[in-house]
Amino acid sequence: MTTARVAVSTPRRISLPTDWLPPAIVFVAVILALEIGLRAFNVGAFVIPLPSAIAASIGEQWPTLSRGIAYTGGEAIGGLVVGLVLGTVAGLATAGWQSARDTLLPIAIAASTVPVIAFAPITLNWFGPESIMPRLVIVAIMVFFPVMANTIRGLTEVPPAALELMDSYAASELETLRKVRVPNALPYWFTALRIAATLSVIGAVVGEFFGGPLYSLGIYITLETGHSRYPTAWAAIVVACALGIGLYVAAVVAERLAIPWYAARQSAVG
Amino acid sequence: MTGEAAVTARSAVVEVTGVDKVFGAGEAAVTALQGIDLAIGPGEFVSLIGPSGCGKSTLLRLIADLIPPTSGTVSVNGKPARQARLDRDYGMVFQAPVLMDWRTVARNIELPLEVMGYPRAERARRSGDLLRLVELEGFEGRRPWQLSGGMQQRVAIARALAFDPKLLLMDEPFGALDEMTRERMNLEVMRIWRETGTTVVFVTHSIPEAVFLSTRVVVMSSRPGRINRIVEVDLPQPRTFETRESERYFGLVTAVREALRGDTESEGDAVGEPGADRAAADRVRAEGYA
Repeated sequence: MTTARVAVSTPRRISLPTDWLPPAIVFVAVILALEIGLRAFNVGAFVIPLPSAIAASIGEQWPTLSRGIAYTGGEAIGGLVVGLVLGTVAGLATAGWQSARDTLLPIAIAASTVPVIAFAPITLNWFGPESIMPRLVIVAIMVFFPVMANTIRGLTEVPPAALELMDSYAASELETLRKVRVPNALPYWFTALRIAATLSVIGAVVGEFFGGPLYSLGIYITLETGHSRYPTAWAAIVVACALGIGLYVAAVVAERLAIPWYAARQSAVG
Repeated sequence: MTGEAAVTARSAVVEVTGVDKVFGAGEAAVTALQGIDLAIGPGEFVSLIGPSGCGKSTLLRLIADLIPPTSGTVSVNGKPARQARLDRDYGMVFQAPVLMDWRTVARNIELPLEVMGYPRAERARRSGDLLRLVELEGFEGRRPWQLSGGMQQRVAIARALAFDPKLLLMDEPFGALDEMTRERMNLEVMRIWRETGTTVVFVTHSIPEAVFLSTRVVVMSSRPGRINRIVEVDLPQPRTFETRESERYFGLVTAVREALRGDTESEGDAVGEPGADRAAADRVRAEGYA
């Protein structure tokens, strides 16, 4: 499903209006253009419903959709936490141990390439259709690899001179881990968290296509599409997107709070 | 070899005896250092100078016990280099400042103190004193990336001095700085050396820098790295801006340059003629130091 996405993005501060105003204007403009264009060319709702119709559906279906957000969001967050913990522990455990890393990483890569579509029905057999576990497992597996890979990178890609410096202090391995490797790894780890946050919602929704309560977003999208109720299906899609964006923003906020120096350096150094 | 007689084995801060260093093995083996003997006494300021690949940084790392010698012994403060490292007998400054971006300037200076378990109040007191010593008062709360290259290197020097080591090892600390900043940093290092009484071993590839700073300049030749000659620098202390304009200074710069040239010339001629290197070095030795 996911390939190795371990690139380090460069976060910027999103505080000035000049930062968020341009994308907001473009977003509103695209929605307006879509609305006008779809009306002008009389495009059918089965292709894309009118944005206004989708918005109206969100309003009408809110009681169901809000339950879906809570349920699917819970799956995403639950799987995310499990994947984060396991990925971080695996990264910490193997970073200082080359042979363990070489053994475990290929397995992690293999796990991350398992297509969710193929894997989801099998997890359903494991836990039964009533259980939340299938989605937790799917999300955790998707999240595990980028977290582990980035944790290892952050712990190992330390300037050699920084390690020599610690050697010159006769510092213990644990001290070097605490004072150099872990702080060095935090930006990498938070990059993984951002990737994982969006992956978790995708994993949860796709997992639900194969089973879950009727109000869960994935099932809801499938059912409404099956009944040709396109605006309500799209309403659920938009809500799922918003959920993903919400988790991503939460990840960014967590990063700002945990390592404020990183964003400050990025905006200073460029 | 005038200087060495003055430093007896008992008083030596650094004593390198018969050291060879070979990197790699078999066909790929490279002899970085061969037959190095060097003794450095307390309070000396000794520069190691030579062409790239002469092993001057390798020699410094051997003294720091960051790498082990292939043969021979290195002792610091009368004990094996390894024990000296474990006892935190020296502070080290690298070519890059190696500051931690997640720490403020003050907390970068306190890093070795944290590792060594100094109490918080003592750490704060020392970093305050050191900020004053390197003239960075008011910058304690800044982050490394907010400082210029020269200021960053001053923080690195303060950090190396934080735990009062009696020996300071500096590996081309000003190599990345522009000429003007470098000259200012040289004056700064001179002042710190006088005020702290620390013994300094200083690797550089700048002849003026080596002569200006040192009490002795160790001139090395390459392939394999050997000590070519040791030039005694008898310029009066304290050294100031005027020192650089004195005739004696120019004479010493010339002496070091000639000792180096003997080596680099032979390097150019020596293609397919392995003996030329050594012959040139011997010629320089025979000429003696004027």
